[in-house]
Amino acid sequence: MDIRFEEVGYTYQPGTPFQSRALHDINLTIKDSSFTAIVGHTGSGKSTVLQHLNALKKPTSGQVTIGDRVITNFSENKGLKSLRKKVGIVFQFPEAQLFEETVGKDIAFGPKNFGLSEEEGLEKARELLPLVGLDETFMERSPFDLSGGQMRRVAIAGVLALEPEVLVLDEPTAGLDPQGRKEIMDMFYTLYKEQGLTVVLVTHQMDDVATYADHMIVLEKGTVMKEGHPRELFKEAGWLSSMQLGVPSTVRFAHELEEKFEWIFDPLPLTTDELAQQMKDKLASKAGEGL
Amino acid sequence: MSEIINVKNVTYTYDDEDQRPALKGVSFSINKGEWVAIIGPNGSGKSTLAKTVNGLIEPDSGEVAVGGLELNEKNVWSIREMVGMVFQNPDNQFVGSTVQDDVAFGLENLGIPREEMLERVRTALEKVNMLEFAEREPARLSGGQKQRVAIAGIVALRPDIMILDEATSMLDPQGREEVLRTVKEVKEQENLSVLSITHDIDEAAAANRVLVMRDGQLIQEGTPETIFSYGEKLVEMGLDLPFPERLKASLKKEGIDVPKDYLTEEGMVDWLWTYVSKK
Repeated sequence: MDIRFEEVGYTYQPGTPFQSRALHDINLTIKDSSFTAIVGHTGSGKSTVLQHLNALKKPTSGQVTIGDRVITNFSENKGLKSLRKKVGIVFQFPEAQLFEETVGKDIAFGPKNFGLSEEEGLEKARELLPLVGLDETFMERSPFDLSGGQMRRVAIAGVLALEPEVLVLDEPTAGLDPQGRKEIMDMFYTLYKEQGLTVVLVTHQMDDVATYADHMIVLEKGTVMKEGHPRELFKEAGWLSSMQLGVPSTVRFAHELEEKFEWIFDPLPLTTDELAQQMKDKLASKAGEGL
Repeated sequence: MSEIINVKNVTYTYDDEDQRPALKGVSFSINKGEWVAIIGPNGSGKSTLAKTVNGLIEPDSGEVAVGGLELNEKNVWSIREMVGMVFQNPDNQFVGSTVQDDVAFGLENLGIPREEMLERVRTALEKVNMLEFAEREPARLSGGQKQRVAIAGIVALRPDIMILDEATSMLDPQGREEVLRTVKEVKEQENLSVLSITHDIDEAAAANRVLVMRDGQLIQEGTPETIFSYGEKLVEMGLDLPFPERLKASLKKEGIDVPKDYLTEEGMVDWLWTYVSKK
């Protein structure tokens, strides 16, 4: 399911003294089965864009096409529920939304709202626990006795329980330890690779963008500045820095090596593995020259 | 060097029914002017340990002394005057409707005369580079700015020790850098001792000494260089791998011999120079 923005604008409290323009002239496409990263510094409009992805907000101008549904300022709320099943959003600190007595019931809450019985919902929960790195013993535990990282996983399972086609993640690993961050990001990546889930990731972590995303959208002052493959966009370190954004550590270090050793890395390495492969050739050819 | 914090054999369990103590026989000390980072995975007891230092938590057994005073009911208020704490979520620690009111809050509680209070608020905001925001609403600041205001609130009280409890973990990279720079500056100017609980490699690198916690116990201690040389084990210690360590692991996979010692990025470049010129 593609999501397309055409000339989208959004103004908070229009026609009042408090009116403020959050988005303007946004054109972008999130392709089916892609892993799209949305980046931009605080206040660039990321969260407002995100709320348009399943019509939590309707554009004040332009239109958003989600699958075969077109959303404009005048769209009715009818039928939006099915849309929200297709596009699941994991908000920042989703563990704050846990409320049920047991982990099982909390995960089953969404599916029950979409017509599954209690038993079917719990069955679904049981299936999902291993996927988010928890085992069945968690079913009967209170979500409030869990650690922050475990609560986060339960909340994510609750969104996955609706079997969305598009999964939207707003800083999903903020506040977790590095091990937990990696586990959770790898889990999303597996869902994208193996089940063709479309993933939209809002993040400040450029290393995550480099490692996982195949598409990148840069927002600044409420509009799209650039869109493309991370490998292309990360070539422009200076431009990104003018957007108050950085580049992944690998890219930064590769640039440093290019200057110091007069090496050229092509294509631009995004991960340490890619960098090491290209370094190996350069180090070997250097050895060849000496003979 | 004199010790400013001394924790001896502290044990603490949150819940009587809970079989797992959050802290098990933890001992450590911090010297005056020292910066100590505590690392460890989520749930290893780091934050609990920090809370024992200013008496937010009373240990089941063991002793805590701060600034030469034993932590007990009689001394707890004097000790809290010595210890300022910055928490993880910048939004949970604001009470004032403007930045300067917020910084003044602690001083008002201590009954500082108005003239002196104004001066101290001003100086504190200047030190964290937030003076121009004095009249603003805290809610409208960025995460990094909010944490700097929180630090100003502490600086205004002129404590001896600053505890950072994952104070940069909710910030974007820019905010993280701002806060870390501010802490470094303030620490020097005010001659503070710093205890920082963190998963951030840059924050740990700024410390004089790193303590590693796991399952409520201290399992390692050393300079950042020593600790960082544990390579891939760092992930289990709740820290990100420093970039040179990640690259070393990738180079090793390619069959390239890499040095065992911890390398900074600069060290990595130097090593590559030697490698290339030897050929």
